[in-house]
Amino acid sequence: MAETTAARTTRIVILTVLIVFTVLPLLSMITTALQKQGTFPSGLTIPTHPQWHNFVDAWNAADFLALLKSSTLIVVGVVPAAVIFSTLAGYGLAASRMPGRSLVYGLFILGLTLPAEALVAPLYYELQNMGLLNSRWALILPLLGLFMPFGVFWMRAAFQALPAEISEAAEIDGASSWQMFRRVQLPLVLPSLSSLTILFFLWTWNQFLLVIVLINNPADGNMAGALATFQGEHGTNVVLLCAGALIIMAPSLVIFFAFQRQFVRALLQGAIK
Amino acid sequence: MTSSNIRVSSTALSRRRAGWSTVLWVLPALTVYGIFVLYPLVETVDYSFYKWDGIGAATPAGFANYESVFTQSALYVSILNSFVLIVFFTVIPVGLGLVSAVLMRELKGRGVGTLIRTLLFLPEVIPLAGAAIAWTWMYSPNGVVNQVLRAVGLASDQHAWLGDFSTALPAVGIIGTWVVTGFCTVLLLVGIAKIDQSLFEAARLDGAGRWAEFRAITLPELRRELVVCITVTIIAALASFDVVYIATQGGPGYSTMVPGLEIYQLTFIKQQVGQASALAVVLVALVLVIIVPIQRFGRER
Repeated sequence: MAETTAARTTRIVILTVLIVFTVLPLLSMITTALQKQGTFPSGLTIPTHPQWHNFVDAWNAADFLALLKSSTLIVVGVVPAAVIFSTLAGYGLAASRMPGRSLVYGLFILGLTLPAEALVAPLYYELQNMGLLNSRWALILPLLGLFMPFGVFWMRAAFQALPAEISEAAEIDGASSWQMFRRVQLPLVLPSLSSLTILFFLWTWNQFLLVIVLINNPADGNMAGALATFQGEHGTNVVLLCAGALIIMAPSLVIFFAFQRQFVRALLQGAIK
Repeated sequence: MTSSNIRVSSTALSRRRAGWSTVLWVLPALTVYGIFVLYPLVETVDYSFYKWDGIGAATPAGFANYESVFTQSALYVSILNSFVLIVFFTVIPVGLGLVSAVLMRELKGRGVGTLIRTLLFLPEVIPLAGAAIAWTWMYSPNGVVNQVLRAVGLASDQHAWLGDFSTALPAVGIIGTWVVTGFCTVLLLVGIAKIDQSLFEAARLDGAGRWAEFRAITLPELRRELVVCITVTIIAALASFDVVYIATQGGPGYSTMVPGLEIYQLTFIKQQVGQASALAVVLVALVLVIIVPIQRFGRER
């Protein structure tokens, strides 16, 4: 069936409206970031004399390198461990015949819809007692815990989707459960594992609430938390604010564009499962 | 014969081992989850029955904190506001996504190009705090919203959308709409592309109109994707701390206060940890009461 003109027009109109709505706020930020500092431009003003050095000023004002280092350290602390723990538990629960296994699984599922807002007060006092408050551990450890429900749910589903014959054949060959995991099943769930890695990365990088509550010095926090600090310090200088927010968001955008296929796939799969 | 006997026994052995070794496989995950999620959750429930300023001694309060959640306007307003936000985070994006996806389906397979898909996903990838900063600027007196309204002659003054009691909450809501609409649209488009085309052809041969086709085929076939969109966005609406913290801090007055921000302020600013915890327990319960039936509905086939 050939596409009619009316149908093509409808499609183009809808897409255009959606894309304008999506892009407009970011476009407004970019044009504003290039205006002269100390002026009060309108939301969308074509920068006739683009002030590129605003980004340099914002880079310095935000202490960007320190932020990048801190965010990276937090990601390194959270993501590999979270992926490994989720994979081990997912495999254990998928392969298990232990009595009470569904109880353990149910315990994880309980956390799937839990808003982190409900935990902030006890977490604060708990980490204070551990002497970890205001250190990066105060983010890394709770994030590890908070990621487990989704991670375990996700990896268990991935292992369960594998055909049973594979593990039966390996079992008959006398493979230990570690060998079965490492040599037989793990290679088969790598796509799920890489999607999980991307999601954990995104959630760690963008985590905001815990940074606000548990970290005093923004240089020990992450990029998302730094946005609040930057807004607090430069909220009245809208040009610098836009430049700073763009710089702070730039790493997310760069990584997203570099791995866009994987990101889109991970986000879509992450939702469907 | 002998060799098969050996095989059987070795299988039985590995089976037993696989049984109890589960504990070891699950242990690391369960440890971090237990210490940093389950234990704090139990503590939240415990705190909620005390009056406590976070420093001194706590005094038992029975159900007083829970009574306050439903009788003090400053507290229940935050819950009512989050219901309003569900309209903007869930109803509008899912509706818009569905309409766009259906209209675009008519236009022969292919779905959307990679570039368009990437653009639509942008709001989902940047931090919510960044989205809130961008929109705070959009809504400011000099911002794009006023600029556009003036250009089309709909407004003459410079309205501060986030500073006005009557417009602040919808304005915050639209930030949520912006964040999730692209995601819902792409998810539904992918879902529509998976529907067996022969279903639509059969319906057309039966002379079904577009509306009948939509109700009889598209909607039921998209059930799983719809449930996902609705679940994810409702949770986002109920736990909308990031956006509100940056855009309005709950103001003006309490007009954009949401439970997450109220819990934060009660705990760390007003030093009413017990009260905050009761609100937190109500929030957890609320999410479950709304999400569990939706998930049930999604699983039925």
